[in-house]
Amino acid sequence: MAVKERMSGNEAVAFAMKQINPDVMPAFPITPSTELPQFVSSYIANGEMDTEFIPVESEHSAMSAAIGAEAAGARTMTATSSAGLALMWEMLYVAASNRLPIALAVVNRALSGPLNINCEHSDSMGARDSGWIQIYAEDNQEVYDNFIQAYRIAEHKDVMLPIMICQDGFIISHGVSNIELLEEADVRNFVGAYEPAHYLFKEGESMAVGPYAVSAYGMEAKRAQAEAMKNARQVILDVAEEYKKISGREYGFYEAYRLSDADYAIVAIGSVCGTIKDAVDALREKGIKAGLLKVRVFRPFPGKELADALGHCRAAAVMDRCEGFSANGGPLAAELSAALFQAKSRMEVVNIVYGLNGRDFTVDDAEKLYQDLARLSEHGNQETEAYRYIGLRD
Amino acid sequence: MTQINETTRWQDLTEGLQIYEPATAKDFLTGEWRTCTPVTDEEKCRQCLLCVPYCPDSCIPVKDGKRLEFDYDHCKGCGICAAACPFGAISMKEGK
Repeated sequence: MAVKERMSGNEAVAFAMKQINPDVMPAFPITPSTELPQFVSSYIANGEMDTEFIPVESEHSAMSAAIGAEAAGARTMTATSSAGLALMWEMLYVAASNRLPIALAVVNRALSGPLNINCEHSDSMGARDSGWIQIYAEDNQEVYDNFIQAYRIAEHKDVMLPIMICQDGFIISHGVSNIELLEEADVRNFVGAYEPAHYLFKEGESMAVGPYAVSAYGMEAKRAQAEAMKNARQVILDVAEEYKKISGREYGFYEAYRLSDADYAIVAIGSVCGTIKDAVDALREKGIKAGLLKVRVFRPFPGKELADALGHCRAAAVMDRCEGFSANGGPLAAELSAALFQAKSRMEVVNIVYGLNGRDFTVDDAEKLYQDLARLSEHGNQETEAYRYIGLRD
Repeated sequence: MTQINETTRWQDLTEGLQIYEPATAKDFLTGEWRTCTPVTDEEKCRQCLLCVPYCPDSCIPVKDGKRLEFDYDHCKGCGICAAACPFGAISMKEGK
């Protein structure tokens, strides 16, 4: 029986953490994810969880302790944002290459500078090549649902990779809205017990984790790790299918919103998708065929599936809440453009950078962008720069 | 596990190159790295065994209270034993 509630994104993820009740949580607080270890600590103090909470001296230590705990055989989680994720950097690669399915609740925030605490995807996008699975959310309901699915994906025997469950800082993490929660028993039954084949505390087996590899082995090791990320594709879909049975909510690599007959598409990640849906609805009233492709899974990157979903569109704007400083647009635009090229698409594509340092992106901005796409598909690319900002004073 | 070697395909490696048995470091012949080699002068050696705990690679085996020949499969030739010997019984020669 589902429970209707009102919660912020952080409250929702903390509630999912309580329901799952993992073995260990090493964490160091940083805005806007501070509430996560705070709520978990309260749950533990109140006797509602029996997770071992480890207060550490930095995020590098948080990820290091998470690696140790997970290698020992404990289901482990942590949470961070921005500079905290950047400080974990070295250990993110260690967690992934040692095939440790840690769950990390990322509350997306800008990296310095300028020093800023607001939403941007530059933190997790910077970590996109660290070997972690990355799943993004549009709202508090999605981030709750994603966190409950996290361990089933990460701990699958064909995957065994760590996973980031991302939500937009403040916009989702601190914005309170309606949510439907699952019963604790249903969550525990769905997530199940963590039973790794090998772990340091396993009786009767000696084990070494993270040995040095000479060049005769390192390349094969990377290839095997890449295979696990490929395997994650099917596992993500299978887990979503099973989750639908207990929640009634449907998930996949992406959500296509009024896209099937759209001429003009916006491709985006995160909370901005709610804003864009309003613009799509308004434009559809006027007879403009606007649609949205919301990317949920960024790692593994579902390039072929995204390109297929856009196949019939005349023009698309790919939006990055992150300035990659490649001088060529953000990471989603770059990777999706490559996928469209592979799919032999001739679609007009513009790379949009928006929402940096928490800058608002409005329904009006989205409507104007769709109108730009309509003009672009009629007149070609001359009037619109292929890589540009929205919401910038210029 | 012991079947894994430099011809093993990526599909046949363990996850994360994890090792599921103890004491496998002895299979890794670090002695190949050696550029200088310790040589014991049996005349000068008093069997005080001081070189044994000084060796950072545990390459000086002891049996019945006496040291045996160096374990050249794992000795990296660091020269600490030669410096530690109070009787000048260990000298370092060039090469392996």
